[in-house]
Amino acid sequence: MKKNRIVITVVGKDKVGIIAGVANTLAECNANIIDISQTIMQEFFTMIMMVDISNCTVDFGTLKELLQERGNQLEVKITAQHEDVFHFMHRI
Amino acid sequence: MPVAFGINEILETLRMIEVENLDIRTVTLGISLQDCRGGDVRTVTEKIKEKVVKYAGNLVAVADEIEKDYGVPIINKRVSVTPISLVAALDSPEEYVECALALDEAAKEVGVDFIGGFSALVHKGLTRQDKLLMDSIPEALAGTERVCSSVNVATTRAGINMDAVYEMGKIIKRTAALTADADSIGCAKLVVFCNIPEDNPFMAGALHGVGEPEATINVGVSGPGTVLRAIEKHHHADFGTLAEIIKKTAFKVTRMGELVGKEASERLNIPFGIVDLSLAPTPAVGDSVADILEAMGIARCGGPGTTAALAMLNDAVKKGGAMATSYVGGLSGAFIPVSEDAGLGRAVESGALTLDKLEAMTSVCSVGLDMIALPGSISAEIIAAIIADEAAIGMVNHKTTAVRVIPVEGKKAGEKVTFGGLLGGCTIMPYKNVDPSGFVAHGGRIPAPIQALNN
Repeated sequence: MKKNRIVITVVGKDKVGIIAGVANTLAECNANIIDISQTIMQEFFTMIMMVDISNCTVDFGTLKELLQERGNQLEVKITAQHEDVFHFMHRI
Repeated sequence: MPVAFGINEILETLRMIEVENLDIRTVTLGISLQDCRGGDVRTVTEKIKEKVVKYAGNLVAVADEIEKDYGVPIINKRVSVTPISLVAALDSPEEYVECALALDEAAKEVGVDFIGGFSALVHKGLTRQDKLLMDSIPEALAGTERVCSSVNVATTRAGINMDAVYEMGKIIKRTAALTADADSIGCAKLVVFCNIPEDNPFMAGALHGVGEPEATINVGVSGPGTVLRAIEKHHHADFGTLAEIIKKTAFKVTRMGELVGKEASERLNIPFGIVDLSLAPTPAVGDSVADILEAMGIARCGGPGTTAALAMLNDAVKKGGAMATSYVGGLSGAFIPVSEDAGLGRAVESGALTLDKLEAMTSVCSVGLDMIALPGSISAEIIAAIIADEAAIGMVNHKTTAVRVIPVEGKKAGEKVTFGGLLGGCTIMPYKNVDPSGFVAHGGRIPAPIQALNN
């Protein structure tokens, strides 16, 4: 990947500690949160994070697994994708 | 640096992938085998295996990596090769079967789902090698798992080689007989073409044409589910609006193909070929081209209006897709493979969709009479005549058409067959039992149409 930015999406029932939980996992891996945007859509907590993984201590596959584990604990669905996928689909 | 995308855009992408079955149907690595020529069967098969493994060794690992990075499923990894009749100058059908076995072994070694190119281009006539290879097709397909075979029997420039058409009717019947214990599945890996493309990533017709480079990455996308959901939200829109919605969706779907193709090309250090602007259905619920036509207001696919609806869909997919990728190629259009599309299967079962209507539909979309199960009693002559009809549509309209029919040994119209996986399953269709033997037996070539004279 040329640029090392990923988009993390968290969707689930709102509760205390979602942001803290996800941020913790990212901090443990030295992944840098660049921006967060969150909203409640149809009763669902929806959070989008832009994260720089240039200095991440684990590879992307491992990071995804860790995030998934954290998602299971928090009972939310977490996906992580390289940002290019959104550039390609939504920007000309 | 703020998030560059709206939440809605991000969620739309996720929904397309997770709910609407948006995926990359295939990353197909085309490999030239032109330098594998010469020598006896052992030498040639060794050279072929070595070359395929050398180029495709990392294909599956790289595709899996890309899938993980972008979160877009890549369903199949495939290899296409130079038509084998041009590569191996062998002396008997048995030796060509050995060649097919070598391709199968190579495919298994590198872990790809299919390998295409056990093929011959005979639109104007057969060389000795073409003839031997064609004779070997039934045994080759019966004895291998992943090898796909195609034969081009017509082009707009050359006309229709009716001798080859008749021969293919017989070869399809023999292939069906040899794979009778598995619902004649060998025929699902055999397709007869008019105007075969040289860079098609889709099976069973993928081959690496003689004008292609040493190796190239071609990508085929699949997005009927996303188009269906988009249309369902606009029940009362006029056709201009509908076309616009399809174009926008096709654009997004095709962009995924462009991204994956470029990335695979870079990581494998193999040039990027084309994206096939396809709307390829899968047996999954809701991932159906027929469902799209029905969502436009035709109660059952195959009824009056179906051809017009499909023409509009096909055109809008191309217009949207053409802007999304730098290189378009392959078949590029909506597919209507009956067994692979749950909605088409349902329409056949209800009697609304007939062979005649499917033929009409193929004149406005990609690619032809595809994955149609027919009764085992059908004659080689009738299959040949069906091929001739389909080739005529392609020849006159400057388009690719193809026939992939499965005359299921020992089964009758109305019975069900299951091919499994992406090939799905369907009800066996009836056919018109009107004897075309006299026509087929003329032999020779149907001359190129006046449309060919455009210089």
